[in-house]
Amino acid sequence: MRLAYTEEEEEFRARLRTWLADVLPTLPPRPDPLDWQARRTYDMDWQRRLYDAGYAGLHWPKDAGGQGATPTQHLIFLEETEAAGAPYVGAGFVGLLHAGPTIAAEGSPRQRARWLPPILRGEEVWCQGFSEPDAGSDLARLRTRAVRDGDTYVVTGSKIWTSHAEVADWCELLVRTDPEAPRHHGITWLALPMDTPGVTVRPLRTLAGSHEFAEVFLDEVRVPVDNRVGAENDGWRVTMVTLSFERGTAFVGEVVACRRTLRLLARRARHNGRWDDAAVRRRLGRLNAEFSALWRLIQWNVSEAAHGLRQGGTGVPGAGGSVFKLRYSQARQELYDAAAAVLGPAALDLAEEWALERLSSLSYTIAAGTSQIQHNIVAERILGLPKGR
Amino acid sequence: MDFRLTEDQRALRDGMRQLLRARFDREALRDTVDGAAVGSGAAAVDGAAVGGDAAGTALDSGLWRELGQAGLFALRAPQSAGGVGLGLPEAVLLFEEAGRALLPGPLVASHLAGSAGLVAGAEDGTAVVTAVEGTGPYGGPTPPVEHLAAADAVLVLDEGHTVRVLSPGELAARPMRSLDPLTPLHRVHGRRESDSPGARAAGGSGREQAVGAGVLLREAVLLTAALQLGSACRTLEMAVGYARQREQFGRPVGAFQAVQHLCAGMLVRSETARSVVYAAAVTVDEEEISAAKLLADTAAVGNARDCLQVHGGVGFTWEADVHLHLKRAWLRAEQWRTAVTSEERLASALLCPI
Ligand SMILES: Cc1cc2nc3c(=O)[nH]c(=O)nc-3n(C[C@H](O)[C@H](O)[C@H](O)COP(=O)(O)OP(=O)(O)OC[C@H]3O[C@@H](n4cnc5c(N)ncnc54)[C@H](O)[C@@H]3O)c2cc1C
Repeated sequence: MRLAYTEEEEEFRARLRTWLADVLPTLPPRPDPLDWQARRTYDMDWQRRLYDAGYAGLHWPKDAGGQGATPTQHLIFLEETEAAGAPYVGAGFVGLLHAGPTIAAEGSPRQRARWLPPILRGEEVWCQGFSEPDAGSDLARLRTRAVRDGDTYVVTGSKIWTSHAEVADWCELLVRTDPEAPRHHGITWLALPMDTPGVTVRPLRTLAGSHEFAEVFLDEVRVPVDNRVGAENDGWRVTMVTLSFERGTAFVGEVVACRRTLRLLARRARHNGRWDDAAVRRRLGRLNAEFSALWRLIQWNVSEAAHGLRQGGTGVPGAGGSVFKLRYSQARQELYDAAAAVLGPAALDLAEEWALERLSSLSYTIAAGTSQIQHNIVAERILGLPKGR
Repeated sequence: MDFRLTEDQRALRDGMRQLLRARFDREALRDTVDGAAVGSGAAAVDGAAVGGDAAGTALDSGLWRELGQAGLFALRAPQSAGGVGLGLPEAVLLFEEAGRALLPGPLVASHLAGSAGLVAGAEDGTAVVTAVEGTGPYGGPTPPVEHLAAADAVLVLDEGHTVRVLSPGELAARPMRSLDPLTPLHRVHGRRESDSPGARAAGGSGREQAVGAGVLLREAVLLTAALQLGSACRTLEMAVGYARQREQFGRPVGAFQAVQHLCAGMLVRSETARSVVYAAAVTVDEEEISAAKLLADTAAVGNARDCLQVHGGVGFTWEADVHLHLKRAWLRAEQWRTAVTSEERLASALLCPI
């Protein structure tokens, strides 16, 4: 059990810090958070800078165009970029954290050459078309149909809650290719160009008033068979690889940000008098413990993944990701509730950044697998309890 | 002891529910949401009292008058004064229904003004009345004022003082970007100079009333608790309705114990709150009113959140009504006695001689 970083890791950190100190002052002003086109431009510009500096796809294998960095180096990268106030992965999320790693792991050499470099260079944005109106928690029930017609699939159906669909070039799409097969079989993973005829995107409005996700309607959309990653009807297995990524390292930067928010909250409370209330102080104190623990849990999970990688495994976080996701999503909501307690009536003013964050935090116990589903995973897969209902 | 609703009370509640169903159904609610320019705080001009906030201020004056005719505002005014002559328990039942329907408007202040005869026209809904709440003994910032731009008069309720009635123009206030799309809010900075045009227009500004603010404050706290209770009951119904109908894994999601326990917990919250809210309406006991507000706030906020969770992705959308309940519940928790004040009062009460 060692928490100190190696000399090599500290050198990596120092180099990164120097680069961040140079590059951050040269960034354009942050875009309006509700303007997704502007956000795409901004996020892609940042990705390009990472690419030029040799930080793009840090955790991707070298033969996929990545840097082949260790999970620990990736952790340091996420920690330092967040601490320095660098941009977040943003519109690059699906490409860098789901679709890209899936293609790297399962794609053919030609597919990797076609899709991975534009993701790393910040040229193409991906979205994730998994959920459907009738297939949310029960993803395997998805019904969007793909029928083989020579060297294309003809796809008809609809997807929902597709984040960033409006600004995406590609969609990692799950379709049903064999309706007769048992649910988890008969599913196939396709890369869909979003400008294909027959694709209609209808933005959905969140309770915070933004259009960050959409419905995607597919009407006899023709997708080349060459765009299939993995074998036909093997899409479920291919997908599970990406889902573990989502629950694993995706929130590292956010935990760092939450810890900073806590410190800012304490200062705000000192400033507006709420610090005099022992209940407020102790609430912030408890959250400090929660987020310290979450940070250590990340280090633990990353060390496990690094060890797995050295033993020839995938380096993909396992069911432990569910433990983290469960506690983090809850703690994040508690953090912004505490922020509201500090703000008092100002928490009712959407001009306050924390008031908006409080609204966004509500999606954390739903998106990427609800808390109820995560509890089921922990109970069944970690504790080995019988499958319940 | 017979702690149950009487036949008359039941009929009164059902009548209110029917009225709201006819005049403020879901369609009307959503039209109001779409009509309010969402999240837009108009340019804030410090010192300019009202009018700067053009967005979302339109209160349906027709509906307001109908509510007045139905007796919502004059409910507790004596019949000799043209009122309905009923008591706080009846008012609580009507406010519970208003909370359930998410009825917008400064209901509490207008009811207080109408029932105590503080503002002419409040009783029949021809005048709209809002209120400014003093900070109270436990300090903290003044909560924002709701519907200031639509109001004809403002009650100032400060513990230990008599009630004052101001014209909206007399307040120095600045519009906020209100979290609740149906409740425009202003932050109040103080009074404007009395020789300002706004104040003069009001004529006889700052009229002191012979009524102590303490009584009205207590009633405001209780009626707000009733609104919260109604909202908590409604989000419970919404959650149960959705859990019955939404299917995943080949069965209604309400068949999963995780979802069942969420819903059962919601019922426990709302029924606990109901018993103390109704009791406080009978006893008008200071301590019990604090308990009522505290538990009703907890029920309204907690149930809205759990309802959101039961709805999954749908719950996070603008189109679902869940967020409207949650935002209003958060707002009401900041109004008319916050949890901090209620808890402090309830704690002090424990130290009274045994
Ligand atoms: C902000 C946001 C962004 C999203 N982005 C994307 C995206 O980019 N791409 C994409 O494909 N999807 C996306 N999603 C969809 C997300 O993955 C689903 O919302 C989620 O999986 C839940 O599915 P559902 O909404 O259909 O809820 P349902 O599955 O209908 O769940 C309803 C309720 O039932 C409960 N429940 C369901 N099954 C069980 C069970 N077996 N045991 C106990 N309880 C159960 C749930 O916990 C929930 O409380 C996003 C969602 C949100 C909120």
